[in-house]
Amino acid sequence: MAFLEYAPAPESASILNLKAQYGLFIDGEFVDGHGDVFDTISPATEQVIASIAQATAADVDTAVAAARRSYEKVWSRMSGSDRGKYLFRIARLIQERSRELAVAESLDNGKPIKETRDVDVPLVAAWFFYYAGWADKLDHAGLGPNPRSLGVAAQVIPWNFPLLMLAWKIAPALAAGNTVVIKPAETTSLTAMLFAEILQQADLPAGVVNIVTGPGSTGQALVTHDDVNKVAFTGSTGVGRMIARQVAGTSKKLTLELGGKAANIVFDDAPMDQAIEGIVNGIFFNQGHVCCAGSRLLVQENVHDEVVDRLKHRLSTLRMGDPLDKNTDIGAINSAAQLERIRTLSDTGEGEGAERWTADCRIPDKGFWFAPTIFTRVSTAHTIAREEIFGPVLSVITFRTPDEAIQKANNTPYGLSAGIWTEKGARMLALVDKLRAGVVWANTFNRFDPSSPFGGYKESGYGREGGRHGLAAYLESSGWDAPRAVSAASTDSAKPADSAKPAKRSRKAVAK
Amino acid sequence: MSRLTVPKTYKLYIGGAFPRSESGRTYEVLSASGEFLANAAQASRKDARDAVVAARSAVSGWSGATAYNRGQVLYRIAELLEGRRAQFVDEIVRSEGVSAAEAGSQVDTAIDVWVWYAGWADKYAQVAGNANPVSGPYFNLSVPEPTGVVAAVAPQGVQGGSLLGFVSVIAPIVLTGNTVVVIADERAPLSAISLSEVLATSDVPGGVVNVLTGSAAEIMPWLAAHADVNALDLAGAGAIEGPKGESWVDLQLAAAETLKRVVQPVAGIPHPSIDRIGAFVETKTVWHTKSMR
Repeated sequence: MAFLEYAPAPESASILNLKAQYGLFIDGEFVDGHGDVFDTISPATEQVIASIAQATAADVDTAVAAARRSYEKVWSRMSGSDRGKYLFRIARLIQERSRELAVAESLDNGKPIKETRDVDVPLVAAWFFYYAGWADKLDHAGLGPNPRSLGVAAQVIPWNFPLLMLAWKIAPALAAGNTVVIKPAETTSLTAMLFAEILQQADLPAGVVNIVTGPGSTGQALVTHDDVNKVAFTGSTGVGRMIARQVAGTSKKLTLELGGKAANIVFDDAPMDQAIEGIVNGIFFNQGHVCCAGSRLLVQENVHDEVVDRLKHRLSTLRMGDPLDKNTDIGAINSAAQLERIRTLSDTGEGEGAERWTADCRIPDKGFWFAPTIFTRVSTAHTIAREEIFGPVLSVITFRTPDEAIQKANNTPYGLSAGIWTEKGARMLALVDKLRAGVVWANTFNRFDPSSPFGGYKESGYGREGGRHGLAAYLESSGWDAPRAVSAASTDSAKPADSAKPAKRSRKAVAK
Repeated sequence: MSRLTVPKTYKLYIGGAFPRSESGRTYEVLSASGEFLANAAQASRKDARDAVVAARSAVSGWSGATAYNRGQVLYRIAELLEGRRAQFVDEIVRSEGVSAAEAGSQVDTAIDVWVWYAGWADKYAQVAGNANPVSGPYFNLSVPEPTGVVAAVAPQGVQGGSLLGFVSVIAPIVLTGNTVVVIADERAPLSAISLSEVLATSDVPGGVVNVLTGSAAEIMPWLAAHADVNALDLAGAGAIEGPKGESWVDLQLAAAETLKRVVQPVAGIPHPSIDRIGAFVETKTVWHTKSMR
């Protein structure tokens, strides 16, 4: 390695003023909760950062009751402009404390400080700033006049972008007039606790946002709670299925942002310098812990060798190590369990006959690490081409024609994102039409913006986060129908029919 | 001397053709007063699967057609329905036992529902789509696209709904480019089958609308669990009951396995509304770099 050596340049953790133990945040206060406590560790060093309370079903109940009270008495009655002002305050406080949040996120999650500092936290502030402005403009959200808030939103978020996912969930929910009970991921609760301090500084009315920490069972207690009106989940497709089952038959509104296996399609006329950077950013950003990661590289056959050689060269210059070091490109894998999954799937890839190449990185003694890895000679039937690895592992598949690229790109039950690299605008747009994915990046990858809707097709989930569309997940149309003349004979009460059963009839089948 | 009439054989409508059920089963369709009207095909699991295959193969052509073209095809349905108004009035009078005036009003409304939705075809993307002002040098546009194959249950046993209920379910689904496998009103399926004849001659490509008659309780579980179905419209599934007491909730449970989009039952007939169009679309967001280079 090393055409250049770098001196260590760690960001100081002294900006943090962490408590040894964090409770639950319910009704505006930190409270102890009734469950055990668990440690949150730095995945880069395995050192304990703080201990966190585990919310029991009773704690969840208390949190939902607080959210319900504040919904009924305060938040749903407040003017949109005042709700917006609270969100603007929150956005500003996040900007003021951005370095602190970036350091805490990097420490707790293991992702490089340059990502938390330049991507995660700025987007968190932007998300609140964007939705703040919507709070008094909901008539223009596309749901007709006077759209209604839903009530109490139960939100469960993942560990890959802890604070950013919190912002994606809370900002639109509050702008639309809902109150929230949110559960951070078990391994990454820390920045949610700092966010709770920010809510106190913003003087947000008690109970509007409640934070319950804990494992999956806490999340389950939350999404199955009878008194929540909305469930929003970001995480694995497996858990998404379970939640879809748990919510089935109820009037809870559900949005799911689940797994992905994005195709990043590179044509031979691609702007190659940008494409190489885009491929690297697509799969190695955040250690590949990205649901929309470009984990399948579909490269046109005649440029396969060139692309793979240049990728290997580029990966050899990436620096893996201390997440708090400002020069670090690749941080730590978030948990031992995730590292194990990445290892197992990579071994499967090798076992099934794909060719493995791993960047020559110095692996630190402590912590969870996985060096950037590329698999070539991958076929669409290989496990590593089908299953979401959620790590820094790229599977390279070739194609010859645009039709073949489309077929291979769509050959997955997922449909979250895709990338296209070509200088031919007409071909790019034609391809975009054929790709079954909710976000398509052309000559770029992994771009996010609060004004831009994000979400999947097929088994990558449903509903959108971001933009005007993101509001629809937290609002209900007051009804805007066809003119009376057209709907004269219609009698829809728009309610589930379990409360209004039409008369039953006997029916006889006659076999002939 | 009254002339001996020539009654029609009512069959399924799958992939643009009118097959009998592969199972050979039929069931008696009775008038409101209990008289025999016809033997309708009692669709089976295999018929449902065939219908999904037909629906899937029609997606690319129908969703790839221009919105203007789809709008004209939907309007053409209204035109042909208007021309066959008397036939539909007669069928509704016989099967629902309502007056000719009431039946006529139902047919008129059904025609107007087609016209209303037809007009949306080349406007929906303008209303539901968005140019997004992202903070960076990127072109960024969100557009609605059809979800794919939708399995639907038309309103069951709703007075005044054997045609209108059916139309109110399928029109918003196919408008944006989806294809549909729809289970007609079990008790009064004649209008749905006759509408299939209208569809078959209205430039609607075969496979875009596939009509099954028979028991929704029997057929829907297979469609709800079918991996090549993208969404369920349970509009008329509110009162269905399987042999072990299964309800529409079991259909939503089955749909969760493949994360289908599910629209829950409504009482009566769904209102024509933009929300129903939006229930069966996906939003695709496209980013592209901007550069003078």
